Amino acid sequence: MNFEEHAGKPLLRGVGLETPTGGLAVDAVAAAHLAAELGPCVVKAQVPTGKRGKAGGIALAQTAEAAGAAADRIIGMSIAGHPVEKVLVEAQVPIARELYAAVLNDSDSKGPLILYSPEGGMDIEEIAVSHPDRLMRVAVDIRHGFDAASVLDQLPVSDAVDDDAIVDALGRLYQAYIDNDAELLEINPLVVTNDGKLLALDCKFTLDDSAIKRRIELAERGTPDKLTSLEAEAKEIGFKYIELDGNVGILANGAGLTMTSMDAVRHYGGTPANFLEIGGEAYSLGKEALETVLANPNVKSLLINFCGAFARTDVMVEGILKGWEVVKPDVPVFFTIHGTGEEEANAMVRDQLGIEPFDVMDDAVKAAVEAVQ
Amino acid sequence: MIVRGTETLLVQGITGKQGTFWADKMRDYGTRVIGGVNPKKAGTEHLGLPVWGSAVDAAKDVKVDASVLFIPSLGVKTAALDAIAAGILKLVIMTEHVPVHDVMHVMAAAREAGAKVIGPNTAGLVTPGECFVGFMPAFNHRVFQTGNVGVISRSGSLGTLVCLNLVQAGMGISAFVGIGGDPIIGTTTRDALECLNQDDRTSAVAIVGEIGGSMEEAAAEYAADMSKPVAAFIAGAASPPGKKMGHAGAIVMGDSGSYDGKKAALEAGGITVVPTPSFLPTALKQRLGSAAA
Repeated sequence: MNFEEHAGKPLLRGVGLETPTGGLAVDAVAAAHLAAELGPCVVKAQVPTGKRGKAGGIALAQTAEAAGAAADRIIGMSIAGHPVEKVLVEAQVPIARELYAAVLNDSDSKGPLILYSPEGGMDIEEIAVSHPDRLMRVAVDIRHGFDAASVLDQLPVSDAVDDDAIVDALGRLYQAYIDNDAELLEINPLVVTNDGKLLALDCKFTLDDSAIKRRIELAERGTPDKLTSLEAEAKEIGFKYIELDGNVGILANGAGLTMTSMDAVRHYGGTPANFLEIGGEAYSLGKEALETVLANPNVKSLLINFCGAFARTDVMVEGILKGWEVVKPDVPVFFTIHGTGEEEANAMVRDQLGIEPFDVMDDAVKAAVEAVQ
Repeated sequence: MIVRGTETLLVQGITGKQGTFWADKMRDYGTRVIGGVNPKKAGTEHLGLPVWGSAVDAAKDVKVDASVLFIPSLGVKTAALDAIAAGILKLVIMTEHVPVHDVMHVMAAAREAGAKVIGPNTAGLVTPGECFVGFMPAFNHRVFQTGNVGVISRSGSLGTLVCLNLVQAGMGISAFVGIGGDPIIGTTTRDALECLNQDDRTSAVAIVGEIGGSMEEAAAEYAADMSKPVAAFIAGAASPPGKKMGHAGAIVMGDSGSYDGKKAALEAGGITVVPTPSFLPTALKQRLGSAAA
């Protein structure tokens, strides 16, 4: 789960890292009011995505009037598909140098990874290309935690910064990462001001989705995925559904098999209308799944692809049959069912729906694609 | 990682619904299930098997080669650290949605102890005709027959389909290695490939990958030096970037983890990449045929 800058920065302040003074504004009047108190300021769009500056979502303002005008322009913008509803207005700071700092879950070392570079002010991807020798990467054993001596040892040399202050800041950043089950906690830029202070000018925080259940209060401050009404309903019921722009509906079990069903539809010349999987504990929700996928009016044919390992296909089909009575599908439906419970499942489809399931997945996909052409 | 029928298996969470069901299935199939763990039911019996209060206690009484965890997500860290402390060298973690910081604790402890971890979020391991660990339908003869193809899969349902396709095409399976769909897992595609390359019963390997991460790319580097033929299907070509498609690991950020990048890397490593799983048997047969000729 992603957090907007204003929701991430309190986590930094909580471990003693300083951020510029400022506040949130939802309109021009409020922004101007804040700017009148702060003096020269920065007006920043609050959306859970990067590259806000390049999209025109960040503006410098010298006066309250200019801050109001900037807020007026930025609120209502769309940045990477996210509508801007509020801005963060912060005091400008005199910057001597921009640095980069982050801690993230690293799949290579299978532990936390601390990233730091004295060459900040650009994306980490750019730093990795332009200054690879100036990018420190320290893998941490999460059982032992942050090791200041080892970090100090590996810190890229720079006359412009106080090494001990950097190590102290990285230690605090690591603590915030641990305390909040972060997937990523990034400060870019971390700046050295003209009077030598370290300030976090930005904050990108992503909470590990698998940890939300033990970080419920924190998660309330995050930005939930933007869902369509159907997607929200499906989430409520307990399965993952994503609306796409095609016309072949897909109902499958397991993330891998569902993605594969989409791939196969595209491979045979069709376009998938959705991602919908009823894997894991949701495999008994066939009825609700059928209702969801057919509630999308763009669906012109439906592929039902089950492959039971843990989940029993006969239970899935029982659910589909219950839903069938309610929804009474008016589009052609194509079944292909394999794995645990397949004999019973195929017999139910054959006997109760009068539909012959396909033995080969690709044949079912081809038929579903042809049906809409 | 491959399991053998001679190895003993402990089931952590044996008294739960899934633990009960699958412990019974595994034992029926031939896996040497020696008992289970439930801290609240130490000293009792379940399915006619002993229940210990911890893996450490179990290991005092019997030799434990491997442990499988049917444990709720927030209990996985404690249970896995218990198994590692017991000196168990193979852990198979079935659970989905384990907090990643907990997974990293387990990985660090396992590395220090020299233990191997499969998962989390794996469907398990199958050695057809011998034993299985986890919740794959090993006992379904349309899905699993003995043979010489090793299968590596991030996904259980898709892995099942691939095994079935191989069996339908008259081929059989030497070992199924479900590595799991999470972003941080103990045994990677490359680790599994290395293991199957060293396995005498395996003559060819099918990789069932997914978009996201860089595991397939790492496996491709290793495959470049292999003589056994490898074919791969990568799920997610039609998935929109930036969206999480069920598996936490299956997400494309920027260009990293994309289908095109993976396909190019795999092909550069001499791996045949097929457009749907149904093409895997033909691809492997062709490669095996030309290798023999």
